[in-house]
Amino acid sequence: MAGQITSLEAAGTALVPEGGEIGAVQSGWRLALREFAGNKLAVIGFAIVIFFVLFSFIGPLIYHTNQIDTSLSAANEAPSASHLLGTDSNGFDQLGRIMVGGRAALEIGFFAAFIAIVIGALWGAIAGLLGGFADAVMMRVVDVFLSIPFLFVVLILAVKYGATVLSLSLVIGGFSWLFPARLVRGEVLSLRVRDFVAAARVAGAGRSRLITRHLIPNALGVVIVNVTFQVADAILAVSYVGFLGFGLHYPSVDWGDMLSNGVQYQTDGYWWLIYPVGACIVLTVMALNFIGDALRDSLDVRLRRR
Amino acid sequence: MISYLIRRVGTSIVVVIGVSIAIFVLLHAIYPSPARDVLGLRASGTQIAAWNKQNGYDDPVIVQYARYINNLLHGNLGFSYANNQTVLALFQERLARSVYLSGVSLVLALLIAVPLGIFQAVRRNSIGDNVATSVAFVTYSMPVFFLGLILIQVFALSWPVLGFEASQSTSLLTVMGDWHDMLLPVLTLTLITVASFSRYMRSSAMDVLAQDYIKVARAKGLPERLVLLRHLLRNACLPMITLIGLSIPLLLAGNLITEYLFNYPGLGLLFFDSLGKADYPVMLAYTLIGAVFVVAGNFVADLALTAADPRIRLV
Repeated sequence: MAGQITSLEAAGTALVPEGGEIGAVQSGWRLALREFAGNKLAVIGFAIVIFFVLFSFIGPLIYHTNQIDTSLSAANEAPSASHLLGTDSNGFDQLGRIMVGGRAALEIGFFAAFIAIVIGALWGAIAGLLGGFADAVMMRVVDVFLSIPFLFVVLILAVKYGATVLSLSLVIGGFSWLFPARLVRGEVLSLRVRDFVAAARVAGAGRSRLITRHLIPNALGVVIVNVTFQVADAILAVSYVGFLGFGLHYPSVDWGDMLSNGVQYQTDGYWWLIYPVGACIVLTVMALNFIGDALRDSLDVRLRRR
Repeated sequence: MISYLIRRVGTSIVVVIGVSIAIFVLLHAIYPSPARDVLGLRASGTQIAAWNKQNGYDDPVIVQYARYINNLLHGNLGFSYANNQTVLALFQERLARSVYLSGVSLVLALLIAVPLGIFQAVRRNSIGDNVATSVAFVTYSMPVFFLGLILIQVFALSWPVLGFEASQSTSLLTVMGDWHDMLLPVLTLTLITVASFSRYMRSSAMDVLAQDYIKVARAKGLPERLVLLRHLLRNACLPMITLIGLSIPLLLAGNLITEYLFNYPGLGLLFFDSLGKADYPVMLAYTLIGAVFVVAGNFVADLALTAADPRIRLV
């Protein structure tokens, strides 16, 4: 602990220019990064997410399985050397299938979060900058969509239009931009009256420089924190849709769908169809939540410095 | 206070109108007319067009929206052709069971989460706090159905003391008395809710513990028990009021999954069944009711908070 503090101080003195009191913007971010790296849970969470990315995208290249042709003669086999996590009721290798499902979960999670953040940041920034009546109307729209139970709409649209990675990402992202919008609006509202923005204006910064160098970098923090929670929520939402039986179609598969197939064999004791995939969902979501919490904490450190 | 009240009511009404427009647009986009369900699969295009014309389904969208609102205000939520029953009757049949499941779970969750959060804040970083935080974190990251499955495995299969299917009785009194079958669904929904509530309660209690009035209470020699009961508990609970209002969408989703998992014939299971039958009137009516419920919940929570916390000065 003591060593950490001295190294922080050393970094601080190294960054502060000779005779100057004002730290660069980057030093705040570097401090945040250092705080993040010092958070054990955050590092663990980050490692788990990296693991699942490699597992889902690189894993199938190393661990070859046939996820296209069913093989009923090899259905519901217990874990063995040839099938490390056994096989499911269609004879698909369960471990290979978890990789395929993980790919879908991560793709939808990140894509939906990306959509949510882009729409939310734009909507919130525009509302915050415009202010007045336009702001009121735009935020009431947010209230309306925030009131509609989003899982229900995702399910309805999945039933009507079918579920693919793209459609689920669009629907989940299209209903998840509301919190980012609120957060960004709040940030923009508070930032635009701050002294450093006034100072930048006095120093002759143009509007575009104001937005790109001052408003966006400072509002970015809350957005980045929110992204991780968005990814986690999207992965959970996909698992719900899949578990209820309205998830991705063959040959794609999602973790929730795999679990709901496994449940049919719960009384037979086919544990490998239930717990590994359930653990994957929990671990991924938990890792993302760890990262989000740690990011929020490290952002607080940066804000305190500000 | 009065002007705040009026403004708050006004926003809620605006939001409810917005919700009704959004749901109507959704309904109009995916289920423009029940003609196919009424006339059957063999009806020709002309017959369907004639039926639509006769029943006003080719009127301008504004007229259809006005009719939709008029119906809603008269308690007509639509007709479920899959069940050959009005949506309202279907809901009335099942409402009590869902309210019972969610209500009991919510109350239990509060009864567990509030003392737990206070305990964790007071004994910060003790073994008990760390264990509770870890368990809450894992549960918080868990899909409701996976938690339910684990509970079923432990309490209904490995150690069969409870039922894995919820009570199927149509009488609420029987359902209420049937603890053997109702405990697992209630427990599932409770634990998921506790996981998120206790985290907030812990941080809220920690904030209150750092306040000067706690120091004053301790300094004037109040026994720790009274400090916790009189000063900490009541103040730390205030954010929970808002949290309950905000967690209604989560409760509805949890209710849907829990009812599906335990085959409990409430509104959630009705919604699930209508997904399979493409019974859009039921789905959209339930979504609408859920949304109105969310708006009302947030409104009540805001009012309750202003009533409970005199520090909130409203202008």
